[in-house]
Amino acid sequence: MRLAVIGVGAVGRSVVELAPEYGHAVVAVADSQSSAVDPGGLDAEAVFDRKEREGVVGDGAPADALAADYDALVEATPTTLGDAEPGFSHVRAALERDRHVVLANKGPVAERYADLRALEAESAGTVQFEAAVGGAIPILSTIADFGPGQITAARGVLNGTANFILSRMAAEGLGYEHVLAEAQDLGVAEADPAFDVEGTDAALKFVILANVLSDGEQVYSLDDAEVEGIRSIPASALDLAAEDGRTVRLIGEATADGVRVGPRLVPQHDALAVTGTRNIVQFDTVHAGQLHLSGRGAGGPETATAILSDVTRLE
Amino acid sequence: MSDEAASTPDAANADGDAAVSDPETDGGERPQTHTIRLELVDKPGELLSALHPIAENGGNLLSIFHERGNLTPRGHIPVEVDVECPPDRFETIVEALREEGVNVIQAGAERYGEELTLLLVGDIVDTDLSDTLRRIESSTDATLADLSLSAPEGRGSASSARLRLATRTGRTDEVFAHVRDIADEKGLNVIEPLVEVSE
Repeated sequence: MRLAVIGVGAVGRSVVELAPEYGHAVVAVADSQSSAVDPGGLDAEAVFDRKEREGVVGDGAPADALAADYDALVEATPTTLGDAEPGFSHVRAALERDRHVVLANKGPVAERYADLRALEAESAGTVQFEAAVGGAIPILSTIADFGPGQITAARGVLNGTANFILSRMAAEGLGYEHVLAEAQDLGVAEADPAFDVEGTDAALKFVILANVLSDGEQVYSLDDAEVEGIRSIPASALDLAAEDGRTVRLIGEATADGVRVGPRLVPQHDALAVTGTRNIVQFDTVHAGQLHLSGRGAGGPETATAILSDVTRLE
Repeated sequence: MSDEAASTPDAANADGDAAVSDPETDGGERPQTHTIRLELVDKPGELLSALHPIAENGGNLLSIFHERGNLTPRGHIPVEVDVECPPDRFETIVEALREEGVNVIQAGAERYGEELTLLLVGDIVDTDLSDTLRRIESSTDATLADLSLSAPEGRGSASSARLRLATRTGRTDEVFAHVRDIADEKGLNVIEPLVEVSE
């Protein structure tokens, strides 16, 4: 397939680099300032060399990439809340031209799910968003295979930064600020970690899961979620939990009762008590008990694999 | 009130010792029928290992109602067992079950209910811990079974408390709601256990 990639952060960049391995060609790339378009396929190295040297990916305007002749648009711009712009407009532009859309951006799926589905219904294109939930882990494709009606609840850990902080605090007996600084040094936490440590990122993912699991019966957005972060957890809380064979994790839930994200006590050896940046999701199924999927929930190449698998599904 | 049987291990042991030294007491009283409600983890062999302590301590199993498909709020399987034994043997059987790690929800007329463990974090000491605990106990039917406090930096800064509350089966949501309200009012945060409720 011919791809247009919008957004060249770690994820967009990895998509451009890995696309040939998956048998796809990238014909357009755009960042917020510029674009490069080549119907014959772009050379990843040339594009990113220029980005590093000159701060632009090419000579065109960003809109040129949206107008290029592609089969699927890969939307990998940063997640925004509320109206989910400019991501949502990128998606609209592609669907109105009857092209497919593959999202890594959580905004349009979490905040404007009904609008997104309405645009898709009017289009010959299809919207896929595996990469928006749990990075490399095939969570949404598992739901699609299993059938949303066969899964009654999803819960788990879908933010690696918060999980890293909590599991380091528990293992080392260190305070939140100390571990956060360490996580920032390691590149596990961003300079402004609010999105991760306040639970927003995990909540968006569980809102998306709730939307997919409810299969059109009910539409959720971030406003419907009960969200609590991990900032106020002192090291002593993890000590007391450990004395009792438990630990604390930032757990999300998408159940019939709605979406809830917050720090919760779990047994130390519980399947959901993953350590480091690992993610895990647990499904309650109607006929097959519980199902667990675990793996890397973030990262450029990891998330790009989910995007490129989505692209392959569209063929 | 709910801890009456659980808090008498000495009496139970004394009974056991007496039974060994003086087997005559065995048939001293007419056997009676008792109902025990247990919850079992969904693993092969769990039911069998739960029944052993009953037989070994002189209980005569009358019936077992294994409620497969039904789950307790903790996600375990409820089992109701009818046992015939002399009244003085009953406590020994309940004790033996607990020693085996079986969670006894109800034995005879006593409801042991469930135990909830939760953390309170924030300025726990200066927001009057005694008052917090008293209000949790008075606004719900939960009783405080255990408390651990950790305030490494002393008063006036973030500290943590681990509370183990005993409550009646099926009342956990209500207890959490009350604890949350009390904590909100005092500016404390509650870290609840993840309770997996099957629909």
